[in-house]
Amino acid sequence: MNDMSTEGYTTEDGRKIGGTLMEMKNITLSFGGVKAITDISFDIKEGEIRAIIGPNGAGKSSMLNVISGFYIPQEGEVWYKGEKRAQMKPYEVARLGIARTFQNIALFDGMSVLDNVMTGRLNHMTTGLFAQGLWKGKAEREEVENRERAEKIIDFLEIQAIRKTPVARLPYGLKKRVELARALAAEPSLLLLDEPMAGMNVEEKEDMSRFILDVNDEFGTTIALIEHDMGVVMDLSDRVVVMDYGKKIGDGTPDEVRNNQDVIDAYLGVSHD
Amino acid sequence: MFYREAGDFKTSYVDDGQTFPIKFDRYRYYFVLFVAFAMVPLLINDYWVNAIFLPFLIYSIAAIGLNILVGYCGQVSLGTGGFMAVGAYACYKFMTGLDIWIGGVQYALPPINIFFSVILAGLVTAVVGVLFGLPSLRIKGFYLAVATLAAQFFLVWLFNKWAWAYNYSASGQINAPEREIFGVAITGPNTEAWASYLFCLVIAAITAVIARNLTRGASGRKWMAIRDMDIAAEIIGVNPLKAKLSAFAVSSFYIGIAGALFFAVYLGAVEVGEAFGIQKSFIVLFMVIIGGLGSIFGSFAGAAFLVLLPVLLKLMLADSTDTITGFSTVMSWIFLLAFAAAVVMLVINVIRTRSLIAGSGVGWIFASIAAFMAYALTIGGMGWPTDIVAHLQLVIVGALIIIFLVAEPHGIAQLWRVAKEKLRLWPFPH
Repeated sequence: MNDMSTEGYTTEDGRKIGGTLMEMKNITLSFGGVKAITDISFDIKEGEIRAIIGPNGAGKSSMLNVISGFYIPQEGEVWYKGEKRAQMKPYEVARLGIARTFQNIALFDGMSVLDNVMTGRLNHMTTGLFAQGLWKGKAEREEVENRERAEKIIDFLEIQAIRKTPVARLPYGLKKRVELARALAAEPSLLLLDEPMAGMNVEEKEDMSRFILDVNDEFGTTIALIEHDMGVVMDLSDRVVVMDYGKKIGDGTPDEVRNNQDVIDAYLGVSHD
Repeated sequence: MFYREAGDFKTSYVDDGQTFPIKFDRYRYYFVLFVAFAMVPLLINDYWVNAIFLPFLIYSIAAIGLNILVGYCGQVSLGTGGFMAVGAYACYKFMTGLDIWIGGVQYALPPINIFFSVILAGLVTAVVGVLFGLPSLRIKGFYLAVATLAAQFFLVWLFNKWAWAYNYSASGQINAPEREIFGVAITGPNTEAWASYLFCLVIAAITAVIARNLTRGASGRKWMAIRDMDIAAEIIGVNPLKAKLSAFAVSSFYIGIAGALFFAVYLGAVEVGEAFGIQKSFIVLFMVIIGGLGSIFGSFAGAAFLVLLPVLLKLMLADSTDTITGFSTVMSWIFLLAFAAAVVMLVINVIRTRSLIAGSGVGWIFASIAAFMAYALTIGGMGWPTDIVAHLQLVIVGALIIIFLVAEPHGIAQLWRVAKEKLRLWPFPH
């Protein structure tokens, strides 16, 4: 890795951003003959809020799936914390400290909010089957310790009142929040959010934006998010990657991206006369 | 009024996470344990143990096992009968002294204590279960059901053909020899009713507590995560291979124990095709579905429903004065009048609402059924011919299963939960 990419910077609002946490190098992903992502490179620096935007079908979600290990790119390298990441299964990626939420809510409907948040702690729970069967002793201690961590997240996201409610009964906005809680419970170093505001009203969007900023501020979590609401993206993010038809057409601060001719063409269309 | 949390403050996460957080519930649980351990053994005779208690306890263990796999982990299995057979034959080999041939030389273990034989049989079944669970990593749903069905047929075939498994007996059957714990016979023809009951009860109680501990902790959450959404589970760090195979292992362990008890304590002699055929797989699956998927209590309730109902129907409809005595004719008249009253109320309800179930229709249907049952039991059975009763039993049990699944797809456990919710306020309106 060269020196340039590990360099941090200071944001407009004065937050210090650290070195490179994750770097995607020349990623190409195709399904059969369809190229979803073509030769894309970008980096995510420690502590920043990085947005990936683009019109429908641009390959944003595919990109997130590559990061979380769900898709394996045909070409390119994923570097994480200064090391090239070997090809690995999604649950191994999760253990590296990468958590995510989904575009369509992917909560465990048969379980309560608390149990859902506790599933986020599974990577921190190591008691064997036998000790769990006995319960008293190691398993109970571990359960209580992790419950305390989970309760902190529950307090943080203000969902104490619905702790014991089955998630299937919750309204959409709260489900999104519970999903964020589950991802946060894992105490990730990189949090991936796939359209965290999709389908929300203005008030819910404001709440969610506040939570995202608070998470970044209080836990120092690096966040990469996909979002369609341009207002939200430009307000929240430190740097933006713009994709279109699987290619990267822009990368930079919100202001730079906003004035990029390719980006304007992609979003507004361009006349061919 | 009964199931209320008010005033019962939890000040630690241990208190909050306990199995019965509501005081009333907790005392009821202790009471049930007290009755089961201290009172029932003094009162029961051979008939009660063999007709009700042993099959109920043993099926409960099997149902808990299958519930862990189907209800908690979401992997369908139709191999229960086959896995029970593995448990039975493994237990038989351990209790008669396991013999192994290595290079033409026979090595024989001495017979192992019956309790440890049962546990070891469970462990052997767990290994076999994991083996047959391997396809679950690739296939789901109906396809997995068919794969486990293959296990069922293969295992029954194996124990029919493999003479070593039944110690080369001429009949191909296995017979449980007499075995004791602390000098009390647990298996064999000279076993006392209370001894076999207590043995099964102790194992059922321990396994139920362990199952509860597993399902409320990290393992249970892994299993449920896989059940509810396997892709999301993998993304948050659940290894699907480990989660599914551990569910198969634990589930088969329980089913193996149930099979061992079914053979050694309950039947005493087993022919594999008869005792552990495909019907066993289905009946345990019915218990799990009727009782409630993903509920330990539901496993007990489902087993009780399918074990008790045929016995109850037989007592009601056939002539059974020799087993139930002591009810006076006065009681039977009272129940008959209650039945008539309930039917009249039902008819009035139908005329008023022009529907069978509107208003309090369902209540009156249940009331009339209950009154009729009580009447039939108090007069010592309706005295119908036994062959007709046997057919009616099948018809009624089958119909009840269908009605039950339509009315409450989440099983008895859900009914129980709803009843508890209602009891919080009852008899006050709010």
